[in-house]
Amino acid sequence: MFEVIRNETLAPSLHRMVIRAPRIAAARQAGQFVIVRAATDEERIPLTIGDADPQAGTITLFIQAIGASTRRIVAAPAGGTLRDVAGPLGMATEMERWGRVACVGGGVGTAVLYPMAKALAQIGNEVTTIIGGRSAPYIILADELAVFSAAVRITTEDGSCGRQGFVTAELAELVADPARRPEAVFAVGPVPMMRAVAELTRPAGIKTIVSLNPIMIDGTGMCGGCRVEVGGESKFACVDGPEFDGHLVNYATLADRLTMYQEHETCRVGLG
Amino acid sequence: MNNNLTAKERMAIERVRMPAQEAGARSRNFAEVNLGLAEAEAIREANRCLQCKSRKCVEGCPVNVSIPEFVTALAAGDLATAAAILQKDNALPAVCGRVCPQEVQCEAHCVRGVKGEPVAIGYLERFVADWAMAHHGRLATDEPAPPTTGKRVAVVGCGPAGLTAAGELTRLGHEVIIFEALHDTGGVLRYGIPEFRLPKRIIDSEVARLVRSGVAIECNVIIGKTLTLPQLREEFDAVYIANGAGLPVMLGIPGENLKGVYAANEYLTRVNLMGAGLDPTARTPILRGRQVAVIGGGNTAMDCVRTARRLGAERAMLVYRRSGAEMPARAEEIHHAREEGVEFILLTSPLSISGDKQGWARALRCQRMELGAPDASGRRRPVPVPGDVFDLEVDVVVNALGTRANPLLTATAPELALNRWGNIEATPTGATSQPGVYAGGDIVRGGATVILAMGDGKQGAAAIHTYLQQSN
Repeated sequence: MFEVIRNETLAPSLHRMVIRAPRIAAARQAGQFVIVRAATDEERIPLTIGDADPQAGTITLFIQAIGASTRRIVAAPAGGTLRDVAGPLGMATEMERWGRVACVGGGVGTAVLYPMAKALAQIGNEVTTIIGGRSAPYIILADELAVFSAAVRITTEDGSCGRQGFVTAELAELVADPARRPEAVFAVGPVPMMRAVAELTRPAGIKTIVSLNPIMIDGTGMCGGCRVEVGGESKFACVDGPEFDGHLVNYATLADRLTMYQEHETCRVGLG
Repeated sequence: MNNNLTAKERMAIERVRMPAQEAGARSRNFAEVNLGLAEAEAIREANRCLQCKSRKCVEGCPVNVSIPEFVTALAAGDLATAAAILQKDNALPAVCGRVCPQEVQCEAHCVRGVKGEPVAIGYLERFVADWAMAHHGRLATDEPAPPTTGKRVAVVGCGPAGLTAAGELTRLGHEVIIFEALHDTGGVLRYGIPEFRLPKRIIDSEVARLVRSGVAIECNVIIGKTLTLPQLREEFDAVYIANGAGLPVMLGIPGENLKGVYAANEYLTRVNLMGAGLDPTARTPILRGRQVAVIGGGNTAMDCVRTARRLGAERAMLVYRRSGAEMPARAEEIHHAREEGVEFILLTSPLSISGDKQGWARALRCQRMELGAPDASGRRRPVPVPGDVFDLEVDVVVNALGTRANPLLTATAPELALNRWGNIEATPTGATSQPGVYAGGDIVRGGATVILAMGDGKQGAAAIHTYLQQSN
């Protein structure tokens, strides 16, 4: 049993939960994730570790409650418990002093981006952050990201906050400006967004890292369910990733595989 | 034992048949296939044993169960003694009585098998273990706690090797903690072996017995990630690594990432560990294919294809590149699968999987094979029949080709010597390149059987005990 210390709502259906997990807090590095089950009989859900406090023995998770199982995770109140929290899993973000980097987050992907951007800034990179969402309430962590970013740029599809349009418009400007051109780009968000970012940086030859979220069961490499095609080879996101070279990922297969249980999910949410 | 029986009378008794669920019904449910012997049947079968002096059956058993002794007690109707003998030698007898390949182990060596059918040792083991489980409250089988040695041992992995090692070490007076990466116990016994072959209540009951004997188990701890091997070595006097079956070997053919294509471990884990398609309250989904092709010929392949049948497949097909004679699966499982309507598509190798516009697997392209000269394994090598290519209509494909070593632990323990396949190098007693660190089961052997893993666990525990005594 893992105790929930805090649970707050950041945006519609987006929660920040602080959980007591001392071993995970001590071992965790940016880019890693945990597998969570709210209770017996639940699915095993992979969630990026947003932050950790080894002294307090806690980890912070950002959870978008979109399915039945994630809804039950965020339903655990402060003082309550989650049945299983296992990790930290996956490879840590490859940390390098690139110089100028752009960190691009879409929707809840911004929560995954946050620990990467923070760690990149901590080792001396100049971080420009670009975050986007459907409308103003879906823009998350802007203040937290501003603490260490050289600039935070916001886009919304309806123009209710920042620039109207997609994150790629802001990124295109950076890439086109020799004085601000990033040496590396980190992108986390929906598959079409990461694909668009990769297509934008490919001709410019800018190193691009994406963090993938395929369907996953055990998270330790045992089941092979989270495989993604990278550079023509099958890789397991749980042990080889979850971050990969964005120019080598087969996004079409990834997007397809993510819909494997769509019918099941729809049906279940309807019942729930 | 019924001493009134002459050898001739014993020889006249026919081998018992295991009662089983009717094939048509069981191919649509997950309840156990074999129903177990009645007490009278078990005692009668035990009386077939000639109590020969050579004890060849014991040599054939990887954990050296005192077979003649427990069978003698059973023949005499002394079930409590039979249970005590069995449980002393074997940490998981109710598991072994169900999943061991007895026909190539103990029973293969039985003297009665020379001119007829061997004693059904596996069935008898199951009977006695199940009886002990049902009567544990009344039995004195939970031995008195041994004097504690003050030594602490960490066991990595709660599968057959880890559970066996932990049980033995606890009995020797050491304090043992098992660290398990998943949220539940049993390892491959739970996630890999279906309910119809090994009910979960059997695992629960055997694990509970070990816990009563003093074994501690912590789930959700991934050694190599949550804690490292160096951390364990600092905190414990010795470590036993039994973290199991690793990463799936992929097909390496076009289309293996289409929707509907599973690795065996994922397919089985969803059903066995997560209750998908099995338990109406389970949240984890599974695709119930109408036409399912399982690729491989081992016990895992057999488990997958029989699971597919139970999930409702109209055609559950096993695609294997050699002939039936070379299939590594247990004879009983092959027999049961055939009875349940599984189609065996033999001498057939997959070439590619094609899909529809939405990315769903739709057809498995196959190459017909024939047997050529023997290869390194001593079996005749399958070679393609030129031009003989055909398509099978499918909506689910399960790859049961096997596993390779999982790097999670070893990647964070560079001091541990590995072989060229990435498995941990260990001596026959389980000693690794690091003092105080022992290993066994699939992480040393590559994919093997439950009983071989248990044999490793038993030997590893003995070696650790010696090491701990010397390091006083």
